[in-house]
Amino acid sequence: MSKYLITIGLETHVQLKTNTKMFCGCSLKFGAEPNTNVCPVCLGYPGALPVMNREAIKLTVMSGLMLGCEINPRSTFDRKNYFYPDMSKDYQISQNTHPLCLGGGVTIPTPTGAKRVRINHIHLEEDAAKINHYARFSGVDFNRCGTPLMEIVSEPDLSSPDEAMEYLQALKQILMYAGVSDCNLEEGNLRSDVNISVRPEGQEKLGTKVEIKNMNTFKGIYAALEYEIARQLNTVTRGGTLVQETRRWEPDLGETQSMRSKENAHDYRYFPEPDLVPVSLSDEMIAEWREALPELPTARRERMVAEYGIPEYDAGVLADAKANADFFEAAARACAPGLGKTVSNWFMTEIMRLLSETGTAIGECALTPAALAELVTLVDKRVINGPTAKELLPELFREGGMPEALVKARGLGQVSDSAALEGFVAQAIAANPKSAEDFRAGKKAAAGFLVGQVMKLSHGKADPKLVGKLVAEKLASPA
Amino acid sequence: MNILKLTLCEAAEGLRKKAFSSVELTREVLDAIEKKDGELNAYLSVDAEGALRQAAAADAARQSGRDHALLGVPVGIKDLINVEGQPCTCASKILQGFTSTYDATVSARLREAGAVFAGRTNMDEFAMGSSTEGSAFKVTRNPHDLTRVPGGSSGGSAAAVAGGEAIAALGTDTGGSIRQPSAFCGCVGLKPSYGRVSRYGVTAYASSLDQVGPMTKTVEDAAVLLQALAGRDAHDGTTLDVPVPDYRAALRGGLKGLRIGLPKEYYVEGSDPEVMACVRKAVDACAAAGAEIVEVGLPHTEYAIAVYYIVATAEASANLARFDGVRYGHRTPRPDSVFDLYAKSRADGFGTEVKRRIILGTYVLSSGYYDAYYGRAQKVRTLIRQDFAEAFKQCDVMFTPVAPTPAYRIGEASNDPLKMYLGDIFTVPANLAGICGISVPCGKTAAGLPVGLQVLGPAFGECAILRAAYAYEQEVRA
Repeated sequence: MSKYLITIGLETHVQLKTNTKMFCGCSLKFGAEPNTNVCPVCLGYPGALPVMNREAIKLTVMSGLMLGCEINPRSTFDRKNYFYPDMSKDYQISQNTHPLCLGGGVTIPTPTGAKRVRINHIHLEEDAAKINHYARFSGVDFNRCGTPLMEIVSEPDLSSPDEAMEYLQALKQILMYAGVSDCNLEEGNLRSDVNISVRPEGQEKLGTKVEIKNMNTFKGIYAALEYEIARQLNTVTRGGTLVQETRRWEPDLGETQSMRSKENAHDYRYFPEPDLVPVSLSDEMIAEWREALPELPTARRERMVAEYGIPEYDAGVLADAKANADFFEAAARACAPGLGKTVSNWFMTEIMRLLSETGTAIGECALTPAALAELVTLVDKRVINGPTAKELLPELFREGGMPEALVKARGLGQVSDSAALEGFVAQAIAANPKSAEDFRAGKKAAAGFLVGQVMKLSHGKADPKLVGKLVAEKLASPA
Repeated sequence: MNILKLTLCEAAEGLRKKAFSSVELTREVLDAIEKKDGELNAYLSVDAEGALRQAAAADAARQSGRDHALLGVPVGIKDLINVEGQPCTCASKILQGFTSTYDATVSARLREAGAVFAGRTNMDEFAMGSSTEGSAFKVTRNPHDLTRVPGGSSGGSAAAVAGGEAIAALGTDTGGSIRQPSAFCGCVGLKPSYGRVSRYGVTAYASSLDQVGPMTKTVEDAAVLLQALAGRDAHDGTTLDVPVPDYRAALRGGLKGLRIGLPKEYYVEGSDPEVMACVRKAVDACAAAGAEIVEVGLPHTEYAIAVYYIVATAEASANLARFDGVRYGHRTPRPDSVFDLYAKSRADGFGTEVKRRIILGTYVLSSGYYDAYYGRAQKVRTLIRQDFAEAFKQCDVMFTPVAPTPAYRIGEASNDPLKMYLGDIFTVPANLAGICGISVPCGKTAAGLPVGLQVLGPAFGECAILRAAYAYEQEVRA
């Protein structure tokens, strides 16, 4: 059997983080009562006209800049005509001929090294309403109708479901970095249609293209791709022919089903939207938006290694989510130079653990970067010891506040006064003569036990380093 | 009070001097409608109570010191312009029983000025037609000859103003729908430049061509009404942020030194000789009064009708898609499926001409035909726009006939759509080019039918056409 090559392209729809809809002033609050965030414009009433949301343009252009696209200085909108109850005007305002962004791409890791996935273009359009089907009728909720939707169309550069996942993850990370979308999958912020074909190795021409729709999760996309590759390979290896068609992913059945063939494809009768004037973007405006762009994750990773002296692994984990990296950098900058690695250790272990235990995001907990910086500084200055700091952290995480104030109020400052500790040391040795004997007999580990006893006697407040020194001195001196 | 003769400016003057109140004036208009409209059929609906309430409010406002040229003046509204709480049928069965949920910007501006909404005037269904015979509800008659059409599509507004059932009215003009009925009925109608008046809330026929404008008894009235309508609107991205001049002040420039262009393509064989005689007479009289006459060329005129019926129907095919029976308007009672619901609701709801234009528009946008029709039409449209830009380098305004014929008999053209389309030849180029134009009466035929003189001006050249039309109306015609 000859080998087959798989070709995948993605059309990714991203809901933009604007306050209002694309062509009217209606709110975009998720989860509102059906048909409460509506007006004559998004309901397609007679005479209503669209007015461009400049923020949606800006967010799309910023996405394009993050993805290395060329920005179209003059971009236009078109009407895409089709009848369906989810589209109030029975046409969708989209961009067919002059989209906002052209070209660009995303670099993804693959087992054989980094790979560039090219982007064909990014255009802006309005989302449709949501149709809910009930036992005896269907309902249309127009709250979503008119939500600004950015469509990122990739070139067919992907060759496996794994690569498709890497591409989507990279895209999601960049878009969240750019702050253009929440990329919340449950709320449908990020949806993707896929185009897929197979061809025998050595054949130049791409195989018959099949489009698959209706995947709501990344897992769904993966499963749909796996299913569809198997179906297509199964067909062609048995000598069958594939038809160019649009198929629908049925998550409950775990299979794709034919929706319509090429012959029945819609004729959308695109034409320029006469109600909207072309969008002209000056070089100055694009430059201004470029200035406002956040760093890309890869660049940030490298910079954080250099700036804070943290290991590459730490930098990678931190940079993965923009909010985490922002938190880390704010805390590290509030500390004395040289404490970056310590701050990173705290974040990577204690804070990550608390986040995963409580299922919260860093932005949702009460801990502030300033509090973390203060906590690290208190340990560094030996005002408190590590165990005390570890005890304080969950409280700061849950309830907020500043550690220094808590330390003062509760008298948690560590005891670094030799005179005060010597008593505890003597007490510990007296109570554990066997350990003292072991130490003197050469079992150096016995000192650790004694240090632990002193810590206990000091209610955890003793400076462990100082205690270690005192214990060693005491044992070394004649009994 | 004689509503037949009373101009908007006279009405405003009477109200200002307290010769009569707005309630009295509004009652007169309502009485005139009551008396005459059984014959004219200019109105589709009248909210007498609402109008009188508005009139009383206007009187109270005046008592407390407010003043505006439109305060307390009743104005007829073409039935495709939304006024909150009023019907807006667009003379179509598909919107029978529909109530507007919001004010169009022009309605809001009239409301703000204190005008009274006298009633909803008849029209060709969705403004598609040139005779008002395309209304799904009634056939409006020409006040000058009840056997003839008032023109269209704003035929109800024209008949109401000319027939003494309104002091002034709003119309819309996509290919001549203000100017041609004004000419047929002997009143003044002004189509503003594209982008001068907001289209927000005006049910769209062809979005890149539609404009709202005044239909009045005099040029001065048109200036006053336009003043209230014009200006940038945040709800309509196609309105331009060009300052609105004082139109009334612009009236008094006179004819001396004015360069009047005569586009030679508009003065060829084929038009009614009596119409052409009236227009020539007007031109000659203006020349005698000091205007300079220049012959100009608009070489792409012959393609205007074809371009118009491609662009307008293409846009209409999308604009009218929303009338689908899902959210409002007529819905077929027992559809088998959602597509059956669309098909039956639209088949029942739309009239013949509307269906014809939707099908035409759908066709010219279809894959495989787009380039040959819509794409090519857009290119020729650019040429037509350039024709005007070139010609206006040689003249300030152009004088042309409004329509090749005077008002024809009811039924005469309604079965011959192509003949009716060709009647738009002198008006559609202005819409395609986005320029402004005004129709002003310039005499009558032997049979007593009014003839209109069209004065065209460059984009945002409303002052120039008002000046020329006013000078002609006041100094020459009288």
